[in-house]
Amino acid sequence: MRECHGIPGEFTLEGRKGWCLVSSEKHTDVQKRPQAGFSRRGFIRGVGLGGGAVGATIFQSTAEAAPPAPAALGPGEVAITLSINGKEHKLNVEPRLTLLDALRERLNYTGAKKVCDRGTCGACTVLLDGKAVYACSILAIDAQGRNIQTVEGLSQGSELHPVMRAFVNNDAQQCGYCTPGFVVAVKAFLDENPKPTYEQVKDGLGGNLCRCGTYVGIRKAVLEAAQARR
Amino acid sequence: MPEYKWPAMNARRVMGQPLDRVDGPDKASGRAKFSTDIKRPNMLYGALLTCPHPLARVRSVDVHEAEKMPGVRAVDVISGPGTEIQWAGTEVAAVAADTYQQALDAVRRIKVDYEILPGHLVNEADLGKAQAANRAKPAGEVVSGDPDTAFKEADVVSEGEYGIPVLAHCCLEPHGQVIAWDGNQAEFFATTQAVVAIGNDLAKGLEIPADRVHVRQDHMGGGFGSKFQAERWGLAAARLSRAAGGRPVKLHLDRRTELEIAGNRPSFFGKIRLAAKKDGTITAWESTTWGTGGIGGGGLSAALVPYVFTKIPNKRVNHTAISTNCGGARAWRAPNHPQVSFLTCAAMEDLAAKMKMDPLELFLKNVQFTARPEVYAAQLKKAAEMVNWSKNWHPRGEGGKGPVKRGLGIGIATWGGLGHNSQCRTTIHPDGRVEVELASQDLGTGTRTVIHQVAAESLGLRVSDITVKIGDNRYPVSGSSGGSTTVGGVSASTRKSTLNALEKLFEIVAPALGAPANQLEAVDGRIQVKGNPAKSIAWRDACKKMGVSPISAMGENDQRNPMGLIDQGVGGVQIADVSVDTETGIVKINKIAVVQDCGLIINPKTAESQCLGATIMSICGALYEERIMDDQTGRFLNADMEFYKLAGIKDIGEIEVHLDIAPHHDGRGVIGLGEPPVVPGIAAISNAVANAIGVRVPRLPMTPDRVLAALERRKA
Repeated sequence: MRECHGIPGEFTLEGRKGWCLVSSEKHTDVQKRPQAGFSRRGFIRGVGLGGGAVGATIFQSTAEAAPPAPAALGPGEVAITLSINGKEHKLNVEPRLTLLDALRERLNYTGAKKVCDRGTCGACTVLLDGKAVYACSILAIDAQGRNIQTVEGLSQGSELHPVMRAFVNNDAQQCGYCTPGFVVAVKAFLDENPKPTYEQVKDGLGGNLCRCGTYVGIRKAVLEAAQARR
Repeated sequence: MPEYKWPAMNARRVMGQPLDRVDGPDKASGRAKFSTDIKRPNMLYGALLTCPHPLARVRSVDVHEAEKMPGVRAVDVISGPGTEIQWAGTEVAAVAADTYQQALDAVRRIKVDYEILPGHLVNEADLGKAQAANRAKPAGEVVSGDPDTAFKEADVVSEGEYGIPVLAHCCLEPHGQVIAWDGNQAEFFATTQAVVAIGNDLAKGLEIPADRVHVRQDHMGGGFGSKFQAERWGLAAARLSRAAGGRPVKLHLDRRTELEIAGNRPSFFGKIRLAAKKDGTITAWESTTWGTGGIGGGGLSAALVPYVFTKIPNKRVNHTAISTNCGGARAWRAPNHPQVSFLTCAAMEDLAAKMKMDPLELFLKNVQFTARPEVYAAQLKKAAEMVNWSKNWHPRGEGGKGPVKRGLGIGIATWGGLGHNSQCRTTIHPDGRVEVELASQDLGTGTRTVIHQVAAESLGLRVSDITVKIGDNRYPVSGSSGGSTTVGGVSASTRKSTLNALEKLFEIVAPALGAPANQLEAVDGRIQVKGNPAKSIAWRDACKKMGVSPISAMGENDQRNPMGLIDQGVGGVQIADVSVDTETGIVKINKIAVVQDCGLIINPKTAESQCLGATIMSICGALYEERIMDDQTGRFLNADMEFYKLAGIKDIGEIEVHLDIAPHHDGRGVIGLGEPPVVPGIAAISNAVANAIGVRVPRLPMTPDRVLAALERRKA
């Protein structure tokens, strides 16, 4: 398996093609690439088991709004600005640093969790311009100029977001480690599907994994949150 | 001494309520801090170098270049020259640096010279191969009754072969810690099932008194039996911290290492023969099983075989432990039970199929051989009713026309419980606040919530009036969370501690109410003369009478004397309803009916969540999970989450849980539910698939290729 950190161009990760950007100007054609046409689970099962379980957008790498960057960055640190939950953060990062590591280790936004670190499990899900993405699979430098929203940005003070409230009401969490990623994925799912059916819920949240087995509660929570948001 | 027994079922106000888990808002909002989220001033990041070879001797470890890399503050050699490596993934060295990326860069510069040793073995499915390699250690034959005669005289004899692979715990929060050790004191932010025991373990490794280790953990991201020890990486992180002048070091395993070495459960393969009379009564059992738990082999208590139906009169049991060059097994949620349940229930349904008998009837016919015939008979009937067995069951292989076949199958379980040793301290403050402290931990099971409910119940308060403090080894000592013993231990100690504190408060308040202390009760936020709300005082006013000194009282659960508050021994039955596409080999779960024996349920909501989660774990084991080892390289090929597959939200069908919350169960007291519901599901799903397609898929997980191969063999 080849990792994408810091090496420009097309790469293949476990049979799937993705793009790795060093200079975000170089590969604007990534926008034309399919971004959510297949899911982790749909892909693995090949023959169709769990078919169509399309989850969070994977390997999202559009760079449309990024500011102009030099032709090659790194390997040393570069100054970047990230807009997180409406607040601007200036920091110096190596170009290889993922958005997830920047959030967790540099800026102390620890809601997004590092579990698989390879765009599979969804525990690191955040919103990039309103779309759910895996923060482990995006470089921090490529998140510049984008509106990053983490789980911390969804609740207002001690007031829980309706999705969080629904997770609590339906005991849609046990150890709680996958929960913030799921909450963000559900928020994005409901933004796109305000009135989902039960079947759509099962199809739409295939991009997140839980080990304790909280899916029954999550299904109920999504439907309740959809109701509460109306 | 107060009477500690639980209030009558209909008199409880807080216990028995399906309350939301108290830490739910923190977890859902991302505020909950896990070990991996801890950030300390001047913290360094650690990374491990692990060995890529399954069998090798370390000739030398050269860390010079690594030490000179930018940001590196300390390097620790874990497996020095001469060390024999027994499995790939073994820890060789660790680095602490200013950033995680710098630590990874430095790890890549460590030069290890290995002498690759011949003769590694990583796969155990082929018993003959393991025997030829001299890696098989028989446990010795155990015979009871006269199996030879019983097989000779049997009306029917059935035979089958079954196999269930090694599964990894795959905790979402990886093992690891943030640790600061200055050579004297250690601050240890752990992810553990045992805040007390892990501190003691670390102290032993560092050769310091246990009270110099301060363990803290608010939340932990899954353990399932794999998180009890301080671990080699924990000791390495401590040494790195010391070498860096006591700066905190954060070191957690990456996903590959987590899967390779941080826990798995043993495989079981077996050939099973059953003898029976025409009416389905089993007369003899014979099993030859083998499995691996890593280099140490992997034992199986003969007492566990056959599972649940232990009183079958004539038995011959053989088990062989196979030593493999793989990361070692650890306790895994109901150790060995799911595997043995699968082997036993699969053999029983295969017998029923051979006799053209309804397996439900066969199970019912043989409940006489279990320790609790009435319980299992009632549970089998209840589960059958939940899936409409009489309408939906069909003889094996007669799943109708069309490519998609539906089937039903049965699985069965037993488990212990009771409660670990636990001490609890309750402090009532003059301003009315109540603090309840235990050095326990909440694995996500709801421990924190049930402690709140027990305390609130005892004191006549609400959950929101109680502050529960757990996850710190400086609180009163409580046991490790294993064996489903936590809820029993902490509920009993909390009950006793809160009542002991309340008794002291009654003595203070008694004069004001003009009644003896033993005639008072705490109800709905007041202290009153028993049955007389007119003679009462509000909780806060009562507490004011203490003056300035708080009241503090201990309570203890001694596992040798549970005093009727807790019990052990629960049965369980699950029936799976599946559809199998015989063209693609894909198995789809329609429904799983979960009937779980229980005692007193403190919180029906979190209790049900345990049953649901455990059942989903069984679906993972039946259909998706498998550690795949490469014979040549000796490596774990799918040590990631892309190919070490877990069920997703669409893969679990519908799950219906029946917890029989009733006075005759309630009277037994509290019994743990963490493990028992994870046992029967795999057996039930395997049997349902066999019922659907007419042939056993002998090896788990039942991936499409294995289902299609089984169908091919049937045609042949």
